[in-house]
Amino acid sequence: MKPWQRLLLAFGALAVAGGALLFIVFSDKLAGDIFGDENLVFYWSPTELLDAGEKGRRATVRLGGMVRPGDDPNWDRKLPIEFYVEDADQRIMVRSTGAPPQMFREGIGVVVEGKLNSDGVFETDRVMVKHSNEYRVPDDEAEMADAARTLTLD
Amino acid sequence: MKLPFAWEHLIGVIALLLFCYGQVFGLFMVPPDAHMGDVARILFVHVPSAWNAFFVFTIAFVCALGYLISGRKGFDHALEAALEVGILLTILLLMTGSIFAKPTWDVWWKWEPRLTSSAIMLMTYVGVVVLRSVVQDNERRAVWSSAATILASVTLPLTYFSVQIWRSIHQIQTSPADIDAPLRMAWRINALAVLLLATWFLARRWRIAARRWELGDAPPLPEPLQPEEV
Repeated sequence: MKPWQRLLLAFGALAVAGGALLFIVFSDKLAGDIFGDENLVFYWSPTELLDAGEKGRRATVRLGGMVRPGDDPNWDRKLPIEFYVEDADQRIMVRSTGAPPQMFREGIGVVVEGKLNSDGVFETDRVMVKHSNEYRVPDDEAEMADAARTLTLD
Repeated sequence: MKLPFAWEHLIGVIALLLFCYGQVFGLFMVPPDAHMGDVARILFVHVPSAWNAFFVFTIAFVCALGYLISGRKGFDHALEAALEVGILLTILLLMTGSIFAKPTWDVWWKWEPRLTSSAIMLMTYVGVVVLRSVVQDNERRAVWSSAATILASVTLPLTYFSVQIWRSIHQIQTSPADIDAPLRMAWRINALAVLLLATWFLARRWRIAARRWELGDAPPLPEPLQPEEV
């Protein structure tokens, strides 16, 4: 193969790769701008789920947001566990029959899978916890013990 | 000065010692993560393998371009080495990530953007290695796999930025300010150790690739022995 042919191949491959990258990154956003609906979302925010109305109640969806404690003072100590998932504008009550992972706590990000029922409660059996990008050492002994806390069932 | 052994073994020994130290340091000498507890210690393998997988695949990209521009066979040897070492690191990345996901997310695997793009990245590079194995001619293999590697490189920025492009359950990239000093130290020691290990592997694999190139096509299989010769 002649050097100019290899060069052509290199630039061709680069162009295809760059085009593919741009397409993958922007096509869904573009489709979102045109059709008003992004398809590639791993979860919905509470605001989006409530805005979707009936459409949001039909299917099993994922809901993501921050954990806000439930009304019961023992909200994170018994099953089914009841808490709120909130974003900046809205919040939805979540009832989970599955025990959450040990780092589940107030203020942490979660993604739950399930359905919004007719009472406006999101029913799920799986709570996935999203960790932030901060990694801290515990401040004191008490926090150290808390780091190893597991959900105790009554 | 002439060493009585290949230079990369020196790096290998340093890498192994540093890796052992880094693991002992990460497992026993730093406090647990405030939120995740001891589970977060797997990050001292997970994160270094991620960084180094991206780094090694970037080397593969540079070598692929280098071969197509210059036609020097050394680039092809390095490409062959980088592809396989990168795959090894990515497998380590996915395995440790999966083990980490079970206690933190409560699932072994989830088809979410980061995990999906990482899996695609792995399969894409495996595809390039498979392509290399089916092309007999040296020059042709070098040209084809260079072009394929450039195409495969799409998966690198896609995987790296997947947590920002799409909503993901995977945490986004962190910055030194967001990691407390002892944990940061453990990340860095282990990252350096894995980098040195990868360098050792790359150099060894480069030599094998160079030998293969000299041999050209695989030698024909030996004729079966005739009964009277036994």
